[in-house]
Amino acid sequence: MNKCQQYMDCLVAWIDARFPMTKMWKEHLSEYYAPKNFNLWYFFGSLALLVLVNQILTGIWLTMFYKPDATLAFASVEYIMRDVEWGWLLRYMHSTGASAFFIVVYLHMFRGLLYGSYKEPRELLWLTGVVIFLCLMGEAFFGYLLPWGQMSYWGAQVIISLFGAIPVVGDELTTWLRGDYVVSDATLNRFFSFHVIAMPLVLCGLVLVHVLALHTVGSNNPDGVEIKKNKDEKGRPLDGIPFHPYYTVKDIFGVGVFLIFFSLVVFYLPEGGGYFLEDNNFIPADPLKTPPHIAPVWYFTPYYSILRAIPDKLLGVIAMGVSVGIFALLPWLDRSPVKSIRYKGILSRIALGLFVVSVLVLGYLGTKAPTPETTLLARIFSVIYFAFFLLMPVYTRMEKTRPVPTRVTMK
Amino acid sequence: MSDGVDSNRRRFLTATTAVVGGVGAAFVAVPFIKSMMPSERAKAVGAPVEVDISKLQPGQRLIAQWRGKPVWVVRRSEETLKALKEMADELRDPASEVEEQQPEYARNPYRSIKPEYLVVIGICTHLGCSPNYLPPGAPNDLGPDWKGGFLCPCHGSKFDLAGRVFKGVPAPTNLVVPPHKYLSDTLILVGVDQGASA
Repeated sequence: MNKCQQYMDCLVAWIDARFPMTKMWKEHLSEYYAPKNFNLWYFFGSLALLVLVNQILTGIWLTMFYKPDATLAFASVEYIMRDVEWGWLLRYMHSTGASAFFIVVYLHMFRGLLYGSYKEPRELLWLTGVVIFLCLMGEAFFGYLLPWGQMSYWGAQVIISLFGAIPVVGDELTTWLRGDYVVSDATLNRFFSFHVIAMPLVLCGLVLVHVLALHTVGSNNPDGVEIKKNKDEKGRPLDGIPFHPYYTVKDIFGVGVFLIFFSLVVFYLPEGGGYFLEDNNFIPADPLKTPPHIAPVWYFTPYYSILRAIPDKLLGVIAMGVSVGIFALLPWLDRSPVKSIRYKGILSRIALGLFVVSVLVLGYLGTKAPTPETTLLARIFSVIYFAFFLLMPVYTRMEKTRPVPTRVTMK
Repeated sequence: MSDGVDSNRRRFLTATTAVVGGVGAAFVAVPFIKSMMPSERAKAVGAPVEVDISKLQPGQRLIAQWRGKPVWVVRRSEETLKALKEMADELRDPASEVEEQQPEYARNPYRSIKPEYLVVIGICTHLGCSPNYLPPGAPNDLGPDWKGGFLCPCHGSKFDLAGRVFKGVPAPTNLVVPPHKYLSDTLILVGVDQGASA
């Protein structure tokens, strides 16, 4: 036992002389101090990482059987579903994983809104997160074309056409993106390349940057108190606990709960009621006919509703772009002296509540066919959506905040 | 040793290396960007197509494919043609003033060579979906005043039976009339202008 221990120590010392293994372990796990008052909302960052690993693993395996060719793609997906051993499970894990990714990322972002995690000193951490979100949307969009169903085809047609709204260069740009005058084999082939190589590579790099930025500034917490301001004589934050083992164990518990829900969907509801895999996508792509009712996958519907609400092509596209990009401005829009919603005033609470309602309503409307009534509703909620951001400098300054404690609270 | 550093020389060398390297990178970017444009093969596919309209009844629509895009031929009834003249108030460009949307010979109240037959590219000018054909009298959600036309399922843009866009919808312009000519009374050639030789 003792001797074995010694051999291990020797090995570690040998490696440490050549690679900063122990140093990194301490810096990022055993001596990375996270606030002790994390709650439920703090599960979703690590869960996003878990889903990323799931997507990469199942993706590598799906690539073994999938054919990125307009004449073969649809059939190769059916081949995976019917003939490849366990192929159906790999595909359902991947398709459910895509929706799960957005669920955990949206909850992760909401946590940021709730506790002001974007505020100084975490602006860059937030910005890298916004870029990750944009890449994730790109990754999902490129991947959605690959099954080459009707929704794949017409979804890609619409999204690529968005760039056609740009004055002067628009038409040339869309042709360049498609590699053809219509969405075709050339488009499918390059989307495959983006989906399996370009975006995952960028995503993994950005996730690393995101974690490094987090470990530089330290985690925020539900009280929005900077734990680095109160340290013991050894320089450890009084309200911090080492990430490992405390939060690794907590996160493993979260993983367990998440996997229960994830498995329920994968095994019992893989199509997610037509929201995770849409009905129309079981029909092969037909360039001559748009399905009578088309809608993007659920995670894009809020932005799609905003696009649809505006009766002008260029303005609609701009509004949709802004609705996603505006998250990047949050660190500078929020002028409140406090971070957490716990100590913010009533106006911030109402604003955040209305924002969540507007996202949900817009998301719901985006799945439905447009009628004059729903268009009006979408316009009203689009205004609320943008008002949340644009009026933030006003209402966060106007309201009366509550005093923030110097130490974190456990409730 | 630091006394020997010629910082001007060093700055000059850094700047020139950066410039030369930047120019090189710009040149190398060309093949990467250009390769994503349509290939020679993609450009070659685009020959004109013949469309036989002999079996088309009034009110019916036929879909052909030209350059990968749907081309519709709609045979319009007398009633429809009459209705087209009374719609100007509801339309964004009733007189087809946006020139790129149709050849000169289709710049008339019916946006066609022969009033009876409409030939348009069935791609919404908003974001490229293919609108649904809702003939006059067919059941639809657009109310009893609907005189027939096209409704885009993607973002709700509406067009009349001359492919003219309605006001208050996202699509900015009328549907595109492709170059076409009549080879005979029942045969249309799509992709070649009237008057030009095939």
